[in-house]
Amino acid sequence: MKYLDEYRDATAARKLADAIARNVTRPWTIMEVCGGQTHTIVKYGIDEILPPTVELVHGPGCPVCVTSLETIDRAHAIASRPGVIFCSFGDMLRVPGSHSDLLSLKSQGSDVRTVYSPLDAVNLAAANPTRQVVFFAIGFETTAPPNAMAVWLAKKRNLKNFSMLVSHVLVPPAITAILSAPQNRVQGFLGPGHVCTVVGYEEYEPLVQQFRVPIVITGFEPVDMLEGVLMTVRQLEQGRADLENQYGRAVKRQGNVQSRALMEDVFEVCDRTWRGVGKISQSGYRLRDAYGDFDAERIFQVQDIATAESTECISGQVLRGLKKPHDCPAFGSKCTPQTPLGATMVSAEGACAAYYAYGRHLEATRSGHQGVPLAILNL
Amino acid sequence: MANSSQVLDPALFGSCPLPKYDYDRILLGHGSGGGLTADLIQRIFLPGFENDTLEAMEDQATLSLAGRISSTKPRIAFTTDSYVVKPLFFPGGDIGKLAIHGTVNDLAVGGAEPLFLSAAFILEEGLPLEILQRIVASMREACETAGVALVTGDTKVVDRGKGDEVFITTSGIGVVPENRALSISNARPGDCLILSGTIGDHGITIMSVREGIEFETVLESDTAPLTDLVRVMLKASPQIRCMRDPTRGGVSSALNELAQASNIGIEIDESTLPVRNEVKAACEMLGLDPLYVANEGKLIAAVAPEYAENVLAAMREHPLGENAAIIGRVVEDHKGMVLLKSLVGGARVVTMIAGEQLPRIC
Repeated sequence: MKYLDEYRDATAARKLADAIARNVTRPWTIMEVCGGQTHTIVKYGIDEILPPTVELVHGPGCPVCVTSLETIDRAHAIASRPGVIFCSFGDMLRVPGSHSDLLSLKSQGSDVRTVYSPLDAVNLAAANPTRQVVFFAIGFETTAPPNAMAVWLAKKRNLKNFSMLVSHVLVPPAITAILSAPQNRVQGFLGPGHVCTVVGYEEYEPLVQQFRVPIVITGFEPVDMLEGVLMTVRQLEQGRADLENQYGRAVKRQGNVQSRALMEDVFEVCDRTWRGVGKISQSGYRLRDAYGDFDAERIFQVQDIATAESTECISGQVLRGLKKPHDCPAFGSKCTPQTPLGATMVSAEGACAAYYAYGRHLEATRSGHQGVPLAILNL
Repeated sequence: MANSSQVLDPALFGSCPLPKYDYDRILLGHGSGGGLTADLIQRIFLPGFENDTLEAMEDQATLSLAGRISSTKPRIAFTTDSYVVKPLFFPGGDIGKLAIHGTVNDLAVGGAEPLFLSAAFILEEGLPLEILQRIVASMREACETAGVALVTGDTKVVDRGKGDEVFITTSGIGVVPENRALSISNARPGDCLILSGTIGDHGITIMSVREGIEFETVLESDTAPLTDLVRVMLKASPQIRCMRDPTRGGVSSALNELAQASNIGIEIDESTLPVRNEVKAACEMLGLDPLYVANEGKLIAAVAPEYAENVLAAMREHPLGENAAIIGRVVEDHKGMVLLKSLVGGARVVTMIAGEQLPRIC
């Protein structure tokens, strides 16, 4: 398929992996920020074709994983109200809150629906004037434009029965938090390609200077990611710390100007709590007052909901690149996609779920046989 | 800028809830054909009905009326399946076609010649008769193509709102000729795995109709009776160990079931998997994996290596097998596990899907 096959090409991937191996003289630790990138690494076994001295650690960029427990409990409270049609992206449905998940609420009679676009929720509101339609607006800068567009449209169409539960998060403050941590071991970043398609990369330039850390804005296909790793490794080996753009076919420095204007109109920056990480100041979006009539938190009065987190899982450390999913004793045994202890096990983009889906919980069995997987797979 | 000491408070780490997910109710995922379905079968049905035939977990039960089962005598194959699909009519087929083909195929992949079917209809009050007539006409056509007779049936009507227009359950009986013994516990190291054609066509067709995704060309469900293809394959070689039709749960579930039942390892090569561009594109957009998407007219066969090319050539001569490909092989190592060599040379384990495939956020 055009625009995909060339970025999944085995020969191109091999060449890049060889170039990385030639350039590396010592160990480096590189973080991929996005959940989508983590997914690609595990799906294609990219870590297996890299030299062992290059370690990829997985970042906090899985939107459903970092959505705070408070927000999820609020979502569940709203979805349980009679007369509500609660709309969400698919992978949010299995994320556990304090007491339940949206799939269970649905099996108990709540009207929970998967939508592919927030605009579908707006149309649903127009078609069901006697029902309250609520859209669960989560995600990074990537999903902010369509979510902003949904509210903007609902206002324009004068819909009185549409609202959004907003819990947007922003990437640059998370990178700052990771780099500011005393136990940080990340030396370079593969930057979030899709986020930067929307907002550009101006915001990342000060980070490179402040922390003297290479950031390479990177795409999501195997060849993209290997090229991103090569560009990062070259900087590290040469002692440079620059902002580079591997994903030039999609990302411009200024991003998508119209989208940014719309986001600016609808949202304002606020403090935000990240699940498993904690509160990061100025790290989220909320609706501006001008759009307060569409704020589900106000409409349904769910601000004061008590939450119950336990201390079972290590998703916080996983999200911050301090641990890998299989470092957790519960991984693959007590904690599976069917019985997730934490959000990182739920979303396809969550590091734990990606490791599980691609069989990393069976690693011990696998390496117990003679020959590495590549050798035994010589079909 | 973030306050790092605030962010790094260890008390804030690792804060996720304990599982409350023994799922004391049925979720949609229990019907996915993946892990939740398998769990339901293991926990409720197998212990509930305890018997060897059921526990063999084949797509069909193979029985002898004269007491002990022996593969040297003809045997009876018996199977049943329920069909619930929305919309009832979709490009390439309808619920009636599915109900005939699905049951016929479950018999055929066991090496049986399908003969007789039953059909039970659960109809919702208010269903237009015209719709029922169209479904029945379609079923009749499907029976004629597959060479089976629908010989008994039942009808129930439920209150409006208590069903979803039409649910159909079909059961089927076939005969396995003497000296034929296909079984998912038969695969042996060295066997080649042959897939009869492109994967994911049915699942993506249904999803695209439901979600209003349009393609430049019309994507159609692959629903089809596999009887004739199976006949051609068995004629090409008697050394076919087993066949499976990868319906719900997709190719990944079928391969995992095979690896577990035969206690062997499976290796497949991603670059050999036949996938249509439309299906690839839809999967990219929706964040789905074609290995987990449903098929309704495909089969996977494990064939002794010396006969694989023969069988493949015969399949490619058949309209339902023109895109057939050898996608991998059976190995001694990593018993019960399916490994995939990725396009770029890495490896991963292909697991059974847990519940439903949920579209990703971005």
